[in-house]
Amino acid sequence: MNRDIIRSERSAKTKKTVRSTLTYILLSFWALIVLFPFYWMILTSIKNYASYNSEYIPKFFTLSPTLENYSSAFTAVPLGRYFLNTVVFTVLTTALMLVVIVPAAFAFSRLSFRGRDALFTLFLSLMMIPYELVVITNYTTITDLGLRNTFTGLILPSVTSVFYIYLLKENFSQIPDELYYAAKVDGTRDLKYLFKVMIPICRPTIITITILKVIECWNSYVWPRLITDDPNFFLVSNGIQEIRENGFGRENIPAMMAAVVVISAPLIVLFLVFRKKIMEGVARGGTKG
Amino acid sequence: MKVVLQHITKIFPARGRGSNGGTVAANDLNFEIPDGELVALLGPSGCGKSTTLNLISGLQRPTDGRIFFGGDDVTDLPPENRGVGLVFQNYALYPHLSVMDNIIFPLGNLRGKDRMTKPEMKEKAHEIAKLVQIDELMDRKPAELSGGQQQRVAIARALVKMPRVLLLDEPLSNLDARLRLQTREEIKRIQRETKITTVFVTHDQDEAMSISDRIIVMKAGVVQQIGKPQEVYDSPANLFVANFLGTPPINVFSASVRGGRLIIGEDSVLEVGGVSDCEVWAAIRPEGFILDERGPLCCDFGGLEVMGRDISVLSSNQAAVKPTVRSIISAENRVDTSSKTVRFSLKPNKAFLFDKTSEERILFTTARKEN
Amino acid sequence: MENRSAKGWLYLLPAILFLGVFMVYPLIDVFVYSFEEGYNSASQTFFGTGLYNYSYILHDPYFLQAVKNTFILVIVTVPLSTLIALGISYGLSSIKALRELYQTVFFLPYVTNTLAVGLVFMILFRKTAYSDGLVNLLLGLFGISPIDFIDGPYWAKMFVLCFYTIWVVLPFKILILTGALASVNEEYYNAARIDGTRPFRIFRKITLPMISPMVFYLIITGFIGAFKAYSDAVALFGTNLNAAEMNTIVGYVYDMLYGDSGGYPSYASAAAIILFAIVLTITCINLLISKKHVHY
Repeated sequence: MNRDIIRSERSAKTKKTVRSTLTYILLSFWALIVLFPFYWMILTSIKNYASYNSEYIPKFFTLSPTLENYSSAFTAVPLGRYFLNTVVFTVLTTALMLVVIVPAAFAFSRLSFRGRDALFTLFLSLMMIPYELVVITNYTTITDLGLRNTFTGLILPSVTSVFYIYLLKENFSQIPDELYYAAKVDGTRDLKYLFKVMIPICRPTIITITILKVIECWNSYVWPRLITDDPNFFLVSNGIQEIRENGFGRENIPAMMAAVVVISAPLIVLFLVFRKKIMEGVARGGTKG
Repeated sequence: MKVVLQHITKIFPARGRGSNGGTVAANDLNFEIPDGELVALLGPSGCGKSTTLNLISGLQRPTDGRIFFGGDDVTDLPPENRGVGLVFQNYALYPHLSVMDNIIFPLGNLRGKDRMTKPEMKEKAHEIAKLVQIDELMDRKPAELSGGQQQRVAIARALVKMPRVLLLDEPLSNLDARLRLQTREEIKRIQRETKITTVFVTHDQDEAMSISDRIIVMKAGVVQQIGKPQEVYDSPANLFVANFLGTPPINVFSASVRGGRLIIGEDSVLEVGGVSDCEVWAAIRPEGFILDERGPLCCDFGGLEVMGRDISVLSSNQAAVKPTVRSIISAENRVDTSSKTVRFSLKPNKAFLFDKTSEERILFTTARKEN
Repeated sequence: MENRSAKGWLYLLPAILFLGVFMVYPLIDVFVYSFEEGYNSASQTFFGTGLYNYSYILHDPYFLQAVKNTFILVIVTVPLSTLIALGISYGLSSIKALRELYQTVFFLPYVTNTLAVGLVFMILFRKTAYSDGLVNLLLGLFGISPIDFIDGPYWAKMFVLCFYTIWVVLPFKILILTGALASVNEEYYNAARIDGTRPFRIFRKITLPMISPMVFYLIITGFIGAFKAYSDAVALFGTNLNAAEMNTIVGYVYDMLYGDSGGYPSYASAAAIILFAIVLTITCINLLISKKHVHY
């Protein structure tokens, strides 16, 4: 009996070690697959153009790193312009979105008026509408208004998000009614209550929404591609596509990779800084695309 | 199956960098649980009783010491090889499985010669379900059961593989008052019928006193006293045990011993033979007071609570630790409610002395029989 | 009361305006477009109504190719990515050391620009006159002769597309499943351990049913997302997807709208509506199945 027990004990321990080693190996394997493209793009971006092209068998390191690709990424193609455009687009779109959704969420959660619930249901049902279905008419609308190749045309259709209104409304609704009544008794106006009480309390959600929107704007490709054909209005995604097809000459891979690094860096830095917030936010309501 | 703990110590490592040392949840526990008994691990929250239960189940490993089931040293065995059944505080019934599937779940783990066929499992499950009286509910999901029924399913699941030791973690804490009384009798009955050595954890002394064969009182990871419920009540080993057991709680006075007499305030209240002069805690059970116009202990009268059979006399005394001294006397007594004071004599077997610093019991003798 | 009503609507006015112009009106309009035959975007005229647009695209080989590609992509990537995510999340939940580091690394693809990283994938996979590329170098170690994954055979291109899609969608699934696994009360595991349940049985009988709502949520959103695949393909194969035989339904819609073959909003509308119908049907089927299998 005792010997059996000792044996089963020992084998259980071995099994456990084997299992956890195997787990680490598999996780590391996937981590490698995730990280490798990043490593490769940084590596390639600091390789010399000539030496890169002479490598029939790609090398995993370089002994003569150079930053010249970065300078050519900004000089040979208007990467700085794309970058600036994207920043302007992202900031304006996100700011406008907040201006639109905060009052809407406030009205749905705090004010009572005729037709509110029906309207909210209508809003919710709009969440199911796929973007692809409405983009066609938006394209014609913006074209007909002569807003192609303008920031107005880029920004306006990207402003609203029913989902974020919903998320914020849910959060606003969690603030106890007593606070509102107390403020009312003190003669606080609705707008002041919104700015002094509700927004500060719901700051975490608002920050989450902002970050998610920034990620979405930074990576947006489809709409800008439809609405801009003037490189002066390209965002980074379109820029990278343009660089790929027409920039540098097709084969200057190191310079392309330098551009890719520059484009990817802001979001990765943002992510590393706000890691917890972003992951929480995405878990609560993000999907890719 | 006899359960023996020898020098069991459990230290949880400190969390974070700032603190050092860690928490001692169990400190050198030594006790023996006789075969077939129902034993309560009793203590306030954070006293290490749940940790002790987890150590016995094997969910946690002791930092030091050995645990034996009968003659087997099980200290290094994982829980599944110990043959224990454990009923969790929140029952931990699998919400997606029916009552039947919950109960046969442990049987599905058996391998080799113990392997059972589905009909065998079901028969076994029915047998156990009958024992705990839930055989009508086999097709329900846990969410469709009341708290008491869930408790029974949890017990059935723990019992179905005929464990050597049954462990229950706060089995009654999630039930309302009426169900609690009913269920504790039920646990007692099931334990009697199965004769499985059973350990349950509770912070409720009523629960522990009413059904267990033996109670183990713990505080801050240390065993304070082990014994039959009545023994522990009648002869507490220290002030903590005296305080923890008994409703209404014991009355504690800051007192002294002078020349073989116990002095509370100004009053020389009791003969305490064999104790040299010192400062003490005097603890007197509510039923240890006798209403007596010429009694030695004088208190300020505060009020009466009549509870049918008994009367609670509420009074106060400068030397008492708490503002109210509660004594229980038979309802046949007449109490003069207009008086400002009330006088008692004391039953020596209901009064205990404890050292002022160590709070350990000081035994004394009484020469003359009281009453 | 009237005053208060007005106030409520005032707060909602910007949102209503934006949604009305850019969501509700286009939604109605797309159906109108799809039935207008011979719509000319320059003159904004059409010469008839009917189902011609639908019949046209259903006979368009490019559309059929796009449908085929999309379906292969969906059928391969949705189950595979969900399974891999399940495995990785389970692995993550069973370790303590380095867990946060792994989680952070696994989430990285979510915050990267699909187009930008797609370019890196293209370079890793493609074979040119100057170099066989890194992936072929690795394959060579196993004695496999170089394959051009970017301009080569159909199956190779499809493989890269699926691989990249999985790479892109995995962070979200891992995140959700790790959260779901963490929310399973530990008492259930303790209860199962006491009974000597083997890890695989715990996973199959307890963990999986408990997280099944989240798994189905991921499958449903995964289907919807995969049917809308587009920018991954552009990232790998460039904007001329028809030439690469790698177009998707969404890509077809955009191509019809704009670009070299563009200028046909009616065809684009019809294709978008067909896509919507497919997604709606699949989602309904998914919901029906999940009703049967999700336990609570």
